[in-house]
Amino acid sequence: MLRGLWTLTWIEIKVFLREPLGAVGMIIVPVLVFIGLGRIAGRRADSPSLAASSFLRVSVPVLASILITLSAVLSLVTIISIYREGGILRRLRATPLRPQTILTAHVLVKLLLTAVTLLLMVLAGKRYYPIGIHVPVFGFSIALLISTWSVLSIGFLIASIVPTARFSQPIGAILLYPMVALSGLFVTLESLPPKLRIVARMLPLTYAVSLLEGILKGDAWSAHLRDIAALTVVFVVCTALSAKVFRWE
Amino acid sequence: MPAPRLSPSERGSVGHSAIVLLLAAPRSAKRNRIYRVKLGCTRHGHNVDFPLAVAQEIRTGNSIIHVSGLRKAYGSTVAVDDVSFEVKNGEIFGLIGPNGAGKTTTMECVEGLRTPDRGTVSVVGLDPWRDKYRLQERVGVQLQQAQLQKRIKVWEAVHLWASLYRKKTADGDRLVEQLGLVEKRNAWFMDLSGGQKQRLFIVLALINDPEVVFLDELTTGLDPQARRAIWELVRGIGECGKTVCLTTHLMEEAERLCDRVAIIEHGRIIDIGAPEALVQRHCPERTVVLSTDDPTAEEHLRAIPRLEAITSKDFRFTIRGSGDDFVTEVIRCLSENQIKVTDFRTVLPNLEDVFLKLTGHSIRD
Repeated sequence: MLRGLWTLTWIEIKVFLREPLGAVGMIIVPVLVFIGLGRIAGRRADSPSLAASSFLRVSVPVLASILITLSAVLSLVTIISIYREGGILRRLRATPLRPQTILTAHVLVKLLLTAVTLLLMVLAGKRYYPIGIHVPVFGFSIALLISTWSVLSIGFLIASIVPTARFSQPIGAILLYPMVALSGLFVTLESLPPKLRIVARMLPLTYAVSLLEGILKGDAWSAHLRDIAALTVVFVVCTALSAKVFRWE
Repeated sequence: MPAPRLSPSERGSVGHSAIVLLLAAPRSAKRNRIYRVKLGCTRHGHNVDFPLAVAQEIRTGNSIIHVSGLRKAYGSTVAVDDVSFEVKNGEIFGLIGPNGAGKTTTMECVEGLRTPDRGTVSVVGLDPWRDKYRLQERVGVQLQQAQLQKRIKVWEAVHLWASLYRKKTADGDRLVEQLGLVEKRNAWFMDLSGGQKQRLFIVLALINDPEVVFLDELTTGLDPQARRAIWELVRGIGECGKTVCLTTHLMEEAERLCDRVAIIEHGRIIDIGAPEALVQRHCPERTVVLSTDDPTAEEHLRAIPRLEAITSKDFRFTIRGSGDDFVTEVIRCLSENQIKVTDFRTVLPNLEDVFLKLTGHSIRD
């Protein structure tokens, strides 16, 4: 079923790292920005108030994770549409390769690169965010993996149908960034107007943020089964849909 | 001058120049394997002719591709209409016609990349659309205008393709070597020349040791030298007993490579047959060009039976007539009347002329 997956994944990683801005844009820039922010915030937070501490300890890592995930999704969408426009998908189509395999390979590439970026951030954070001693790194990584996987599947779906590379970035951004605004990261769900709250509850990112924040605060996994279920549903639906509507050219 | 065309039996004798691709024998056709071994023999010896039975088999072999009543429209534009043809096992079959005639659409329907609106297609006994994945295991495809990842290396592409097939694949390293890409193994795809890219695509099309190879506008955009090199390779593929189905708008390419061709225009097949048979059917006339300073020459030449036209300029005569015997008649006339000639050549009509005759315009228009 997924014949060729590992070879394709491995080659796509290498191809991505050979891009002039591939590794720099995806890994190094976010880490540098994070370190920069950490220095500024860290200096101000010498004697942090409780609210500021919570913001630094929970919201900043979650926001950083979400933004990295979204950039991975946009990058996935762009790559797939470039492949489509360039006729690479056309050529791959004339083999027994299945669309799911192509998408899965690209998702694996993105997951891996996201993981590397976050790892570097955690290492950098250890230096600049002395508050985060109690961060449950392992639990948070798992939560992030689940969230990223689910959000990337939305990327699948966009990538499957977006016609050209020129449209892919804006369409992806228009669909994804409002989700961040409504995700409960900046404004809690309870303080949203009722109608927007309903919309927010429909968006997968809300559940991702809830899961990530909860785990980071030290909640038990059992308290977030609803989030995990929601993210799983999103993944299954988007994957199934994208396999159906996948456009090779 | 017409291009010298090799009939299937002659193809056996070009073994010294053609690169014979030695690929694993297919599991399916035992019959195939027998003449594949014999074809392999031609690699070392010069002028080894096919056993007659083998040559016969190529001509009368069972069909491996059936297309019947194929129709495909894009919106209101009918790209292919009521196209029917068969490709026999082991032959090199060409779809020829000008750009936009419907060759690629036809080919892509046969490859399973497009759904026909109407008609039936069967390739190695499979429906290309319903059995897409099973078919892809057994055929090799080279597409018009395909690309790979810009920064994928040659060996990586070959390795990737080899990993996509269920069955044991051909030896990728060997194919790379046979197609002259060894020095480019570590080069990025984007740094390859047009000819090198095409050769890589041929490697990829052959990597699964396919029974049928589809080649779409293989040499378009290549310089004449690279084109000739690719022709040799295609002949090599044919010599391995593989069925080749190709499209081209170059009549010379069709004449040099194909056992049979289908001429397509405006989405319809106008005629199908061996190139020489088509020429004979549609362009029976022969032309002789000769130079002589014998003042009586013209008078004698005009008496040749079935002469259609004669023109002269500076003692150079162009004589046109019909029938296979016409050239013999000219020679007889020259020798009987002891006309000394300083130059003598025959101009045979070719597919280009057939096309012109059938469509009323040149293929380049």
